[in-house]
Amino acid sequence: MATETLDLRRFVGRWTLNAASHVGRVSLLVADLVRSLSEWRIWVPRAFTEAWNIGVGSLFIVLLISGFAGAVTALQARYQFTGTIPIYYLAGVIVESIVLELGPVLTGLILAGRIGARYAAELGTMRVTEQIDALESLGRSPSSHLILPRVVAGLVMIPVLVILADVMGIASGWFSMRLVLPITNDDFSYGARIFWRGQDAYFSVIKAFFFAGSITIISCYMGFSTQQGAEGVGRSTTGAVVSSSVLILLLDVVLTKVLLNQ
Amino acid sequence: MIEMRNIHKRFGQQVVLDGVDFSVREGETVALLGPSGTGKSVLLKHIIGLIRPDAGTIIVDDKDVGRLKRKDLSDLRSHIGYVFQNGALFDSMDVYENVRLGITDGEKYRDGEYSRSRVLECLKLVNLSPDTMEKYPAQLSGGMRKRVGIARAIAGSPKYLLYDEPTSGLDPVNADVIDSLVKRLDNELGVTSVMVTHDVRGAFRVADRLALLTGGKIVQQGTQEEFLASRNPEVQEFLERDFPDATFAA
Repeated sequence: MATETLDLRRFVGRWTLNAASHVGRVSLLVADLVRSLSEWRIWVPRAFTEAWNIGVGSLFIVLLISGFAGAVTALQARYQFTGTIPIYYLAGVIVESIVLELGPVLTGLILAGRIGARYAAELGTMRVTEQIDALESLGRSPSSHLILPRVVAGLVMIPVLVILADVMGIASGWFSMRLVLPITNDDFSYGARIFWRGQDAYFSVIKAFFFAGSITIISCYMGFSTQQGAEGVGRSTTGAVVSSSVLILLLDVVLTKVLLNQ
Repeated sequence: MIEMRNIHKRFGQQVVLDGVDFSVREGETVALLGPSGTGKSVLLKHIIGLIRPDAGTIIVDDKDVGRLKRKDLSDLRSHIGYVFQNGALFDSMDVYENVRLGITDGEKYRDGEYSRSRVLECLKLVNLSPDTMEKYPAQLSGGMRKRVGIARAIAGSPKYLLYDEPTSGLDPVNADVIDSLVKRLDNELGVTSVMVTHDVRGAFRVADRLALLTGGKIVQQGTQEEFLASRNPEVQEFLERDFPDATFAA
């Protein structure tokens, strides 16, 4: 019994130290990124390339999933609320659900898989094949050459993708409602405006911005700290997707609480 | 001048370097010998600050590498060319961009005309034709990759060249080509070089001085003659395979 308690204490102690060490190293990485901002000649051109990769590469899957999310929300709202509230209220439910929650969170989770895995695998492979060491040996900063362009591109493009996802989700919700319910465009527009507040759009973008930071920084950090060959790259990639997804969900709760002042 | 004093390094429980003293004088070529897994590459990476020692001091050009700030370390590195064991070429870039990245002076790097002529010059120095420039690392053979790695290391006109196993994984003919290349570059460019290798014959062909690292310590440093005359059993054992006819001092 005493041994089991000791083992548990050791496990908790080790886990805590490990977590603290990751937090410390991520903080150092962020500080290094801030210092590297002055080397704009290096990171700006690369950030454009990365932004193109994120934006164009992810557009189809983001629109597809947000389209389905909008349609399902509309169908489910119809199932739950028909006969209990006026139909045009459903438009408000759909628009608010998409803009405040489904658009940013679903896009964030998709991109955690798509961009996060890619960044972690790319940087992890560069680490185990000594390409990052080679860059450092040439007196060049891996932060400004490899990490900052990815982070900046994510911080710019992920909010843009979220805005497009919001628009697609609302359009798809509107289209689905028109198919299954006797609602006019004017009713939909009226219902959507009942619950709409101007800041809701900003909340969506603010969430997207935080999710972008967690996806890009976590996945670059995981890739950058890869060890032990191909197995290590696999571990970093999985770790990047899982960690950034969990962080997105945690941030979602915190940001909802803070932004909606609840 | 490179000077390493009492360097200690361990990874977890494994002691890799246990009080290493090692020095390289201006203009000379030193081969760092030792069996696989004894920490030769780890020692080499300490020189350029890619790995920090647990204890000890590394002095390069009168600067303490361990105490340098980010900018100063970056400046120091721009005077050191490092040839990685497997080339470590950037696989998303073609040979031209790989070698160009070795031009460490920012102004010269941005000057397209200078960059192009310098890349061509470096490729010529390592016996590669200009049409190699457009190829990607995946399209090159092992020997060519090593030569591109050397071209990248010399592109910034470094004062020091550090070679990490430049001939490992190559057939004897290509290994000889690389050894001759290292010797020629040392003579033509007048750089100070450290070559990590376990290829004793290659080391004897290229180096002015040799050092043997084993058990986490440098057990012997000296000229080829001093090595062959050594009474140290570890030195004798290491040389025996390549020099079976050598008469070691009793």
